[in-house]
Amino acid sequence: MTLESCNSPYDLNGQNFDAEIYLQKLFKDYNLKQIMDHEVEIIHDTQTLHSDMQTLVYENYNKFISATDTVRKMKYDFNQMEESMDMLAKNMDSITSFSEQISSTLQSSRHQITRLSSVHSLLKKLQFLFKLPNKLKDRIKDENYSQAVQDYIHAQRVLNQYGNMPSFQGIQKDCEEIVDELKDKLRTQFHKREASTKLLAESIDLLLQLKEPTDVLCADFLIHADIRLSELLENLKDMCENDIIEFVDMGSSGFLSDLCLIVASYNDMFVNRPPLDTNEFSDDFDTKAVSRLNTFIMNNMKKYFDLVKKRVENVADTVILVRALDRFYRRLQAMNVLSEDTDFSRTGTEIVITAGRKQCRNHLSALKQYLSETLAKVRQTLASKVSSNGDGGLAELQALLVMPTIEKIKGILQDLLVFLQPELSFGLKPQFLQRFCIDEVREGLVIGFLHHLTAIANGFCTGLDAPKFPPTLLLLLSKMCLEFKDSNVHYLLSSTDNLFNVDEYASSKSDVTSEMEICDNFQKAAQELLNHFVRLQGLTVSQMLRKSIETRDWLHTIEPRTVRAVMKRVVEDITAIELQVTALYDDIDGQMDRSSDSSRKTHSVSRHQYRSNWSSFTPSHLDSSFVSSIHKLFSERIEIFSSVQFNKMSILTGIIKISLKTYLECVRLRTFSKFGLQQIQVDTHYLQLYLWRFVSDENLVHFLLDEILSSAVHRCLEPILMEPSVVDIICERN
Amino acid sequence: MEKDIPVIYGLEFQARALSAQIAELDTVRFFVGTQSLKLNNNQVHLVELNEETGNLKTQIFQHPIGEIWSIQASPTDPDKFITCYNTLTNEGICQMKGAIWKLFISQEMNDIIPLEKLADIDTTSYGNDLKNIAYHPIDNKKAVSVVDNNFVLWDLSYKPQVVTVGTLVGKGQPRFTSGKWNPHNTCNQFVTLNENNVQGWDFRDPKEPAWSIISAHSQIIRDLDFNTNRQYYLATCGDDGYMKFWDIRNLSEPVMSKIEHSHWVWSIRINHFHDQLVLTSSSDSRVILSSIASISSEPFGHTIPLEENVSISETCTKERLEDGIIGKYEEHEDSVYAVEWSSADPWTFASLSYDGRLVLNKVPRKYKYQILL
Repeated sequence: MTLESCNSPYDLNGQNFDAEIYLQKLFKDYNLKQIMDHEVEIIHDTQTLHSDMQTLVYENYNKFISATDTVRKMKYDFNQMEESMDMLAKNMDSITSFSEQISSTLQSSRHQITRLSSVHSLLKKLQFLFKLPNKLKDRIKDENYSQAVQDYIHAQRVLNQYGNMPSFQGIQKDCEEIVDELKDKLRTQFHKREASTKLLAESIDLLLQLKEPTDVLCADFLIHADIRLSELLENLKDMCENDIIEFVDMGSSGFLSDLCLIVASYNDMFVNRPPLDTNEFSDDFDTKAVSRLNTFIMNNMKKYFDLVKKRVENVADTVILVRALDRFYRRLQAMNVLSEDTDFSRTGTEIVITAGRKQCRNHLSALKQYLSETLAKVRQTLASKVSSNGDGGLAELQALLVMPTIEKIKGILQDLLVFLQPELSFGLKPQFLQRFCIDEVREGLVIGFLHHLTAIANGFCTGLDAPKFPPTLLLLLSKMCLEFKDSNVHYLLSSTDNLFNVDEYASSKSDVTSEMEICDNFQKAAQELLNHFVRLQGLTVSQMLRKSIETRDWLHTIEPRTVRAVMKRVVEDITAIELQVTALYDDIDGQMDRSSDSSRKTHSVSRHQYRSNWSSFTPSHLDSSFVSSIHKLFSERIEIFSSVQFNKMSILTGIIKISLKTYLECVRLRTFSKFGLQQIQVDTHYLQLYLWRFVSDENLVHFLLDEILSSAVHRCLEPILMEPSVVDIICERN
Repeated sequence: MEKDIPVIYGLEFQARALSAQIAELDTVRFFVGTQSLKLNNNQVHLVELNEETGNLKTQIFQHPIGEIWSIQASPTDPDKFITCYNTLTNEGICQMKGAIWKLFISQEMNDIIPLEKLADIDTTSYGNDLKNIAYHPIDNKKAVSVVDNNFVLWDLSYKPQVVTVGTLVGKGQPRFTSGKWNPHNTCNQFVTLNENNVQGWDFRDPKEPAWSIISAHSQIIRDLDFNTNRQYYLATCGDDGYMKFWDIRNLSEPVMSKIEHSHWVWSIRINHFHDQLVLTSSSDSRVILSSIASISSEPFGHTIPLEENVSISETCTKERLEDGIIGKYEEHEDSVYAVEWSSADPWTFASLSYDGRLVLNKVPRKYKYQILL
């Protein structure tokens, strides 16, 4: 319903209802019938409203009557209450006056009592104070310092309060003197060298209670602790000579436990104090104290570690070393509680690894030492034996060089295995295992030694002239390298890998030196040594031949009757070399029978061949350069300083090649008379007879000797050769 | 000649003596002396290479008095040379002698032309074992003969006259094996070889060697050569198969040491124009041409004048020659005792093997261009 409609003059129930307007509207809008109906309706409504009003009045009438009754009754009751209240007020007044009377009579005596009791307590305190100096003295005398301090602290406040009164001043002075004395006593106790840490802590505690400056105290405390610890360290240092286990135990029980105790009491006293003194211990001080403690711990642990490191470096017995390291490491792990910031076990692992490394290094240097000793021994044997007889037991020497070394390495590996026992405290650390097994044992020790071996071997190959060792040594070493390459390297590496689980710990293949690489090195070294051996021996023989040709006057020599001694010497030398080589190297495979009976036949055949070749050098066919040119056309170029193979034939061929080539070059630089030429003819024939059996391809010897002879023919003023039969006879005679 | 084909010339006698005709700067010519014990059969061949056609022209001269062990062309006169030869005395004793010769060019190709002997260089009073007579590098009036343990400086102006004598004294009769002038320092220095030692002598004070390299090689040193473009640098070679390069200011260690041959190295020659090229010849019948660019005088890359900016990209790509073997020449079948660079063409060289085969070769084009461009 809108406001307008509500205010409309046509609304019967509205405020602005205007009967006139309403009627006019009715008359206008409705017809008569409707108006009539509306009138009836309005009359009806009016009547209903009227009856409703009457009912309401009737109902409420009764309620008015009862309310009037109630008001009348209340008026009466209030009058009665007023009277009793008046009575009560009167009584209260009388009570107040009585009580005032009583208290006034008792007041005087009560004052008295209060005063008396306060006097009593004061007196008691005074008595305590007066007695205090004596008591303190007694306590100090009884060394009951803590009680003394307690007492003093009790009295202190009072003394401070009344300190300005002359009578108390005396006491205070006395007390202070005594307490100063006490402090001194405590300090001396504190500074006493033999004072135990616990006692120390007590003194500190008391001093703290006496309000000594904490800063100074904790510094003092640490300094003192430092002194004590360094004493212990000194002791430990003296112990260095002793057994390592004893040393470590001593370190653990003495130094480390003392350090723990000191740290614990320090923490109790300075760091974790009850918060009651918060004013004094500012945050700043707290952190300072902690850092001071930390540097203290670090310093001492460092010293300790240094000492242990030094001690651990030189232990011969691995088992004992490992046991000691184990104990050390266990104790360290416990130490970790001391300081949150640092992980001592890492340093510990570091030390253990260092010890392991050191142990490996020791073993390595022992091995090297052993090797050089063996080498020296072998050299000595060679020097003394080779001069006396041929093969000189080279095979045994060879075995002597290799087997014990291998055994020694095996022993060392077993020895080092102790480090890997599973029950060891540090054995679980992967960083230890990896570094120890890979870096130290495999790479450092085994590979390192193998490298050392090849380096030693290669060291013998430098410098061509005047070797300071018997050349046979080269042969031996070459063979040794070959053996290593063939079997020993593999054996050593695989057993190392097995024992130390290298495959498991190696993070990648590149971490470990491969067997191939080492084998290659050995192969190279062996080849190098053998080549060097051949060149050296070739050089020795060459030198002999060169001197023999250069120093002789070939123009004025007599008719040859014998083979020159040099040639015999050459053959002897080569035979001796062959003996040595045979001891170590095989012939070419399948040609072992060359030295047996069948060779005799070959020999004679070769002589036949030789003779037939020979004819070309008779005076009628002097143009031998033609023959040799033909030969050159069909034969391969001869490499003189070439690599040799690992067999006897190749080695000896190499030596003979070098020697004969020298012979050839020397002949070409000389001029010969007829007899000089014939001497060369005899000599070459002799060489032909004895050298063929050493080489794999006897044509090579033939060719070189032909070359020598033909060169000699060229260099001869009067080239007339001897009758081959005479040459034969001369050679046979020798 | 488009391809680098070796040109081979065969002598009918054995030979060791080879020298470039040093004074001749236009034509590639070499002297070869034969070594035959039929003493009056010996010859000197003058071999000329026609660079256009690759053909050889030779003239043969009679050297009737002995087998030639060494030959040295005069530095200034193309027609003069010195030989050291072995001859027989009336008593049937071999004797080494030296002589200066002059040749006459004849138009008749097939004739064997006689030589005119200008003078004898008589070294017999200093010993019998005349090794070689070395011309002064630029002055044809001076030569040094190496005899036994003496080296003798001769003045050849009129008749050969002895100027200075230097003697090596030592235990066990030391003997020089060869000697050579040091072309630097106004040629006051002469360098000798004995056994495995190298010694430098100053003519102004020949009593003591000025410097020596004791045990330069482990065995006999066969030859030496100077780097004409780089002062103080010299090369040696010997029976140990090594060639070594030395800086004579620092004698304790060779600057470089290489082994390429499989037998003794008899001769070593550094190219006069491009001193990174070194020739060695050996009794393994090979000649090896090596590069030693790392110690050559040639600067790494050329400095380019500014206006040639266009070629910068080209020159920048030029790489220094690697050290190592450039060429291996296997035309010989016997020991090669001598090898020489041509004085006319820096890319041509000759080698002579004992069987009388002379081979003329060229530096491979690839390397030639690499050096030139």
